[in-house]
This record gives sequence, C-alpha cells and structure tokens, in this order.
Amino acid sequence: MANNNTLISVQDLKVYFRTGHECARAVDGISFEVRKEETVCLVGESGCGKTVSALSILGLIPTPPGEIAGGRILFQGKNLLELDEEDMQKIRGNRIAMVFQEPLTSLNPVFTIEDQIGEAICIHKNIGAVELRDRCIKLLKDVGIPSPVQRLKDYPHQLSGGQRQRVMIAMALACDPDLIIADEPTTALDVTVQAQILQLLKSIQKTRSMSVLYITHDLGVVANIADRVYVMYSGIVTEQGNTAQIFHDARHPYTQGLLASLPSRSKRGKRLYSIPGTVPNPAYKPAGCPFHPRCPHAIPICGKEYPKMCDYSQAHLARCPVLFKNKKPGPKDYALVIPRGDLLC
Amino acid sequence: MNIAEKGFNEDFQFETPLVPKRTRLQEFWLVFKQNRLAILGLFIFILFFCCAIMGLFMTSGPDPLFDPAMIRLQEKLRPPLAKPNLDSLRHEEIPCLGFYLMGTDDLGRDVFARMLQGAWVSLTVGFVAVGISVLIGIFMGGIAGYFGQHHIRVDHVLVTFLLISGAGLVMAHSIRFGAALLCLTLAYIFYSFFTQNRSGEKSVPSWAKVFRKNAVSVDTMIMRIVDIMLCFPSFFLILTVVALLPASIYNIMIVIGLTSWMGTTRFVRAEFLSLREQDFVAAVKTLGAGNFRIIFRHMMPNAIAPVLVSATIGIATAILTEAGLSFLGFGVPPPHATWGNILSDGKNFIFDAPWLTFIPGIAILIVVLSFNLFGEGLRDVLNPKLRERH
Amino acid sequence: MISFIGRSVIQKIITLFFVSIVSFLIIHIAPGKPSQVDPMNPKFTPEVVERFQKEFHLDKPLHVQYLYFYKDLFTGETVSWKDNQSVLKKIWERFLNSLPLFIVGTIITWTLSFPIGIRSAIFRGQLYDRSATFLSYLLISIPGFFFAYVLIIFVVNQFHVPVIGMETFGIGDGASLPHIFMDRIWHLLLPSMLGATGGIAVLSRYVRSQMLEVEGQDYIRTARAKGLPPEQVHYKHALRNALLPFVTMFGLILPGLIGGSVIIESIFSWPGMGRMAYEAILARDYPVILTVNFVSAVLVLAGTFISDLLYLIVDPRIRL
Repeated sequence: MANNNTLISVQDLKVYFRTGHECARAVDGISFEVRKEETVCLVGESGCGKTVSALSILGLIPTPPGEIAGGRILFQGKNLLELDEEDMQKIRGNRIAMVFQEPLTSLNPVFTIEDQIGEAICIHKNIGAVELRDRCIKLLKDVGIPSPVQRLKDYPHQLSGGQRQRVMIAMALACDPDLIIADEPTTALDVTVQAQILQLLKSIQKTRSMSVLYITHDLGVVANIADRVYVMYSGIVTEQGNTAQIFHDARHPYTQGLLASLPSRSKRGKRLYSIPGTVPNPAYKPAGCPFHPRCPHAIPICGKEYPKMCDYSQAHLARCPVLFKNKKPGPKDYALVIPRGDLLC
Repeated sequence: MNIAEKGFNEDFQFETPLVPKRTRLQEFWLVFKQNRLAILGLFIFILFFCCAIMGLFMTSGPDPLFDPAMIRLQEKLRPPLAKPNLDSLRHEEIPCLGFYLMGTDDLGRDVFARMLQGAWVSLTVGFVAVGISVLIGIFMGGIAGYFGQHHIRVDHVLVTFLLISGAGLVMAHSIRFGAALLCLTLAYIFYSFFTQNRSGEKSVPSWAKVFRKNAVSVDTMIMRIVDIMLCFPSFFLILTVVALLPASIYNIMIVIGLTSWMGTTRFVRAEFLSLREQDFVAAVKTLGAGNFRIIFRHMMPNAIAPVLVSATIGIATAILTEAGLSFLGFGVPPPHATWGNILSDGKNFIFDAPWLTFIPGIAILIVVLSFNLFGEGLRDVLNPKLRERH
Repeated sequence: MISFIGRSVIQKIITLFFVSIVSFLIIHIAPGKPSQVDPMNPKFTPEVVERFQKEFHLDKPLHVQYLYFYKDLFTGETVSWKDNQSVLKKIWERFLNSLPLFIVGTIITWTLSFPIGIRSAIFRGQLYDRSATFLSYLLISIPGFFFAYVLIIFVVNQFHVPVIGMETFGIGDGASLPHIFMDRIWHLLLPSMLGATGGIAVLSRYVRSQMLEVEGQDYIRTARAKGLPPEQVHYKHALRNALLPFVTMFGLILPGLIGGSVIIESIFSWPGMGRMAYEAILARDYPVILTVNFVSAVLVLAGTFISDLLYLIVDPRIRL
C-alpha cells in the first residue's frame, strides 16, 4: 500500500460514461500506484480504460457524458478528485504533465512552437520574456531538436511527426513535473522514430529523476521501459507485478493469452495463439469476471461472482483465483456479484 | 455445495452477455428520441401533412365541404369563432362547422377553408421544389464526384455549343440559318460516331487532333456551373424569373427547384469523392460490379444522409420563399389561396382584422419551424461525431 | 501568391462572363415584352414602339443586343427604359440609401451572434444553450414579412413613432437637428434589425457548431493538460481556431448588400437597391434588372476573392 515512496496512488477509481440510454463503465474500480523515480506501464487493448484512467488523474474527463463514480486519486497525500478546478490547474502541467498519442492533432495549429511551450511555463512560473525564451530553447535542446532557435518560430505543421512528439515532451517537461503521463506517445510514429522517442523518455526519466506512467498496448515497449506493469482488461486491473514477473510468470489467463499471441522466434512456423471472442462492450459487461467468456480456465462461479486480487509473490497480484498455485478457489476469493451494466444505471 | 468441488470444467459453455441486438433504425430512433425539439418537429410535420391532404379533399371538387372561394360580402371581417348571421345567408353559404373557426376575410371568405387550401399549396411547393433540386443536385454532384476525372474533348464542347446556338437561332426566328447549323452538327456527330467505331484515332488527320484534345474535366465544368449559379442572388433571381413567366404554382415550384440545387451538388460531390477512395468501393470493383451498381447500391446509401437533412431544411426554405413571393404578389394567381397571399391580403386590415395577418403568419412559422427542428435533429443523429459528444 | 491571385482573377472574370450571358438569356428568352416596346400596349403607337426598338437595338439579333448592352454598361451609358435615366447613377443613389441599412444590420448581426454562439458552445446542453438554440430556430423560421408587421404594430402601439420610409414625411420643415437625427435612427432601426434576425440565427448556430468542433479537438485537451484556466482554453486556443472560417465570411457578406432586402425594403418603403430591383422587375425594366444582377454577381465574386485572400493570410497552414 501507499508508503513514503509513493508518488501517486489511484484507489478503486470508477469512471462511467452515460450516453442517454446506456452507461458505459469505462473504468470499473482500478487501483494502481506509481512510486518516485519509477516507470509504470498500464497495458491493455484499446478501449480497456487506460486513457480514461490517465485523463481522470488530470481531471480531464469531459463531464457531460463522463463522470467519476467513485474512488480516490492520492497525489503526494492529496486527493485530486476533491480539489477544485483552480487547485487542479496548479497541478496540471506543473506537477503532473501529459504527453498525448497524436502529436499532430495535439498541438494547436495556429500557434508557434515557442508560444505553446512558453505558455506552459508562463502559467505556472513567473519569469521574464528573455528568460522564457532561453528556457524554451533549452527545453527543445533537451528533447533533441536540432537548431532549436530556428524551430521556435515554426508552426506544428512544419515539423515532422517525431519532432512534434519531441515538442510535446518538451511542453510536458516545461515545469519540471514530478510525474509524466505518456499516453501511447509512440503509436502514431514510425518504428525507427518510436525507438528514439522511447530512448528519449528513458533518458529524461533518469536525468530528471521523474516518475513516468506509460500507457501502451505494445508489450514490446513494456518490456523495454517498464519497472512495474499493470495489465488492464475491460476497465479493471487483471494482473500487476514487476516486468519480469509479468513476462516470465504471468498468472492471469488474459496476460497469458496476450503473451502467447506475441510472435517470437521460438514459435516460428507455428500458428500464433489468439484469444477467442471479443472485448465486452463497456455498457454491457458480463457478470462476474469480465474475462470469463473468453477464458480457457473458466469455471461456473467465474460467471457469477467477481474475483478478488490474489497475492502470488512479492507484490505480484492477479485477479484470478482459479489459477492460484496449489489451491482451489474458495468463496473468500470472490467478491460481490456485480450487476450487469444496463441494470446499474 | 462447495464451489471448489465443482473443479475445472474446460467444456463449460458460458453465455456471453451480448449487447442488445438493435437494427440501425432502432439505434437511430433511440438517439433521435432524446431530442425533444426534433420529436416535436416530426409531430407537427406529420400533423401538417395530414391537414394538407385532408384540406385538399375538403376544399376541392364541385361541392367542397369547405369552400375557400365562397364570397359572403355581408359577412366580411368576422373575427375567429364568430357565429354567422343565419338570416342573411343562403343555405349553402353557411360554413359547415356552424361558425367561422378562423374568421372571414375582407370578402367574407372563410379563412379556415382558405388556410386548408393553402396548406396543400405550401406542402406541394416544398416537396416538389426540393424534389427537383435534390434530383438535380444528386445527379450533378454524383457525376462530378464519380466521373469527375473524365475529360470533355474540345469537339464535344464545340458540338454542344453549336447545337445550343442552332436551337437558339431556330427559336429566335432565323429558322433557315439555325436549321442549317443543326444539320451540320448532327452530321458531324454521326460522322465522328462512325469513324470512332471503325478505326479509332487512326483516321484523324493531324490538323484535327486539336479537336480531340481534352478541354476541361467534368468535375471542373460542373463546379464552375455551380459557381455561376451561386453568383445570382437567389431570391432576386427567383423573383425575376417568376415575374417574367406566366403566374402559376408549377412555375414557382420549378423555379425554386432550379435555383436551389447547388448546395446538394456540392456535398454529394464531396461525399462521392471521399467514398470513391474508400476500400469498400475498391473491393466491390474488384468483384466486378459495374458503375451503376457501385453508385446506386454501394455509394448512394452512404451519401444520402446529409442530402436528407438538407432536403428537410430545404423544404422549410422553399415554403418561406413561396410565401415571400405570394406576399409580393408574384405567387399563385388570386382565386387560389396560399398562406402568403392570405397574409398579403390581410395586411391592409392589420389593425381592424389582425387575425388575417397572424393566422397565416403563425401557421407558416410553425410549419417552417417544425421542418427546421426535424432537419436539425436528423443532422445530429446522422452525424456520428456529434452523437458521441451529446 | 501572385500566381494564385492571377489565376483566381482570371477564373472569376470567366465566371462573370458566363453569368452575364445566362442572365441576359433568362431575361430575353422569357415570354412577354416590356410594356414600352410591347406592340400590344395601347399607350404606344406602332411608330413609338418602333422608335423604342431601334433605340434599344431590339430589332437586332440576340448576340448583337448582348454586345450593345454590355458595351453600354461598361461605358456607363445604359439607361433605364422606364424613365431614361442613367442606370448606374440610379443604382449608386439607391446604393447609398441601402448602405446604412446594411451596415447597421451587419454590425447587429456580428456583434450579437458571436457572443451568443460562443456561450452556447461553452455551456452546451444547458439552459442557455437550449434556449438560444430554440430562439434561433424560431428566428430562422419566422417569415420576414410577418415579423415585420408584428414589429411595426408593436413599435407603433408602444412608442407611437412612425417607422415607414427613411424619415417621417415632411419632417424637414422646421424640426430641430437632434429631432431629425432621432427620427432617422427610429426609421433605420426596425428594418436593419429585421434584416439582421435571420443572420443572427444562422451565424450564431454556425459559430456554435464551429466552436463545438474545435472544443472536441486534441489540442484543447493539451491546453487543459498544461493547466490553463478555462477562459484561456476557450477564448485563446479554441476561439482562435474556430474563428478561421469566419474571417472568410467578411468577404461573403458583400453580396448581402442586394440579396435579401427586397421584401423588407418594400414593406418599409425604403428607397434602397432591393426596392429598386423590385420596381424594375414589375416594370420589366430590363437594363436595370440586368445591371443589378451584374453588380451583385461582381459583389459575390469580389467577396469570395477577398475571403480566399483573407484565408491565406490568417491560416498558417496555407503557404503558397
């Protein structure tokens, strides 16, 4: 649980989206924590609630359809969900910064690079124009943009995709935040550029001793940068542990399925595994364990009751009592029956 | 029983809780239902439709239930709900409701009967005019979007020009010259048709190659025509043409239709251009489907939604335009009632008989409003981007 | 840039040429003749009709008439068939009358619809937005002539001021200057407000949808993630992008000078362009109709040209 070393701790967060006649439970009670100077990965398929959890940390969930239905987000001891808008603004960009997926659409097309980076500094720091400019240049240099002085007056459309993402990172770094949330920052980029951006994030994290919450669906990226991993499925965390535990000793059937479906040299010539079925619609989730309709190990109770987190070893937890080593699941391994989505709202 | 004793069961069949199966129409209705204004619009629209159809039957024929042309000079300018003076009226002059639901006008005609007759006029003007404009719009836009990259050759342009000017000359009473021109061009058309069938480009002498050059692409031509049409101030153009032509309801419908197809053309073209590039069209093409099938079976259903929206709003605009024309005195010839000319006649008595202005005015307002609300509701439902946000 | 302007101008001139042909054909091919040259008109003897026809080149074939007409137009010699006055001079006088109506109407439209549209977008789905939406549909749907009468009754009954015409008849005699001024304002206010209603409704809806479109973009999320206060997010990042298309509309309001003012000017007996066009149509005064048409086509083309240019200047993404 939370100790002195914990930077941010999300506890039982629930985010629902109401669209008229339906209620999509995008995030359905997830808990995770990021410690100081640590890189944590949230892994999962698209639509499993990774981005929504990240956005709710910053309070950026669009609130007519979305609502935070429960839970706490403790950042340096304060519950972010209880802060008012003004205090939240002091945290956004300043203490917690975010890098988004699409660098092209995430930069405002009508402002120059200097405007946009400078703005991020101006809001939180009180500094003069000359110093501001120097700082922008230094930031661009830090993120590895060649001839930063010339680039300052450029508009986003004049940069390449990789450079745009570097600008995004520079913006995130502007106020020296404690935590950077990177939401699939390399998905929209070429593979070669992906590697550069990953390298950049890694080195920045080292030199500035920040924490990074990295959101991705790419297990290769996870293996590359993560200290600890949370695997998400359909709005819940199904398994958590350090990178080695997840990759070499996966305990949840979903994680096992994911790893089995990765192509690798040892599987050359064999048919790749694929998990049968599809991700449930967030408005109509199955009762019990959301993975059970696709799970090869499912037993009747999985379809009725919600499984509890089972502690395997050294903070390696998985939400599946069925595969628990040397033990058959008992009633205490299951929690309340979760009603179906359409009944809930 | 202990849960653990059940043990593993690999073959256990779990039912997957499925998203309730809905057809596209049900899905659509679920979203549409939430827009209360649009529902209201739809309701009034249906009501208006029924009124107009009923009005047509009740006000036409040799012995109509409500006679909009019945003049009772002794009963003029009676307010709404007034009882007729039974002594001074002959039996067939007594309104069939027993009172004047909406009063009478300056000639003692029953305004309710006239409104019923006018409803049909408004409805037909709206639908026919928009029908014409949508047909032209889809046709032109579809050609520009689908066959846009085809080119028109110089000789095509020349032949068309000669044909038009020949026809123009015949109409302008210089029949001999015009007929000669027409014969000449027709001869050329036949000639080029046969030579093309026989030997293709080979037989063309080098000096004539210039006629076989590409002059302009179909897309450019159609879009320039749209530009030209957009240069005319639309109400002024309609006014001019309607004023020059003999007064008739059909002329108004046609003219409104002919001057309002540009918007439809533009977005059908845009829609077709983007649909053409999509993979499903390529897939259908590789299956060997013909152009006709691709256009009407695969592309049209995707492009029709915005057309429907703009058609609904177009009906509202057409009704307003017709009312405006009638108001200015260019509308339907006098004995026939339309909402515009009831209002136009009534404006002279605005202080003595305000109902003559307010009843048709509010009727137009409500009908046009219902079309607009319904159209905007449709637009919201059909626009997936907006749907997510609401 | 230069080549863009050149190409654009040439294209516009070609379009204008076709517009002139089409409008000429519409007028001359339509059945019926203007009363002055109509042999059926009992007021004119056959000799007079013949003289008229000669004078206006109506005895020549159509294409020769076309050339004569546009030669006259460009040398400024076109005269009205009705009163033999120079058409251009007439149009200029009427244009000056229409101008205040147009300017006041445009100012009302633009100053009202932007705040309304932006606020609607920011408070979307709330009471303000819903009432603004309904109100604008109401304004779009209300027939202008009906609304005009409602307003006239209201103003005349409530304030007892005359509103028809450009000024109260005979006010010039002995009235004080402020009095005349106020009288002018009263007469100006109603028709220009009526002219603006439709515009306010359409434009504010458009501003709203544009703002909503922009508010849903990723860069707005970025701006919020930086910790910008909401006002800065809305009015700096969102508005700046949402405004781009409206810059181009500055060009497109030019044609409004002639367009929709026919009905309002005839109701208020305002001696402007629209009313002149209406009278010309009634009298089948071909030169005036054609000239008005030509002028408005020029205005439309000039408007689109200006808006293209403005877009070039405003949007950093477009560089030629």
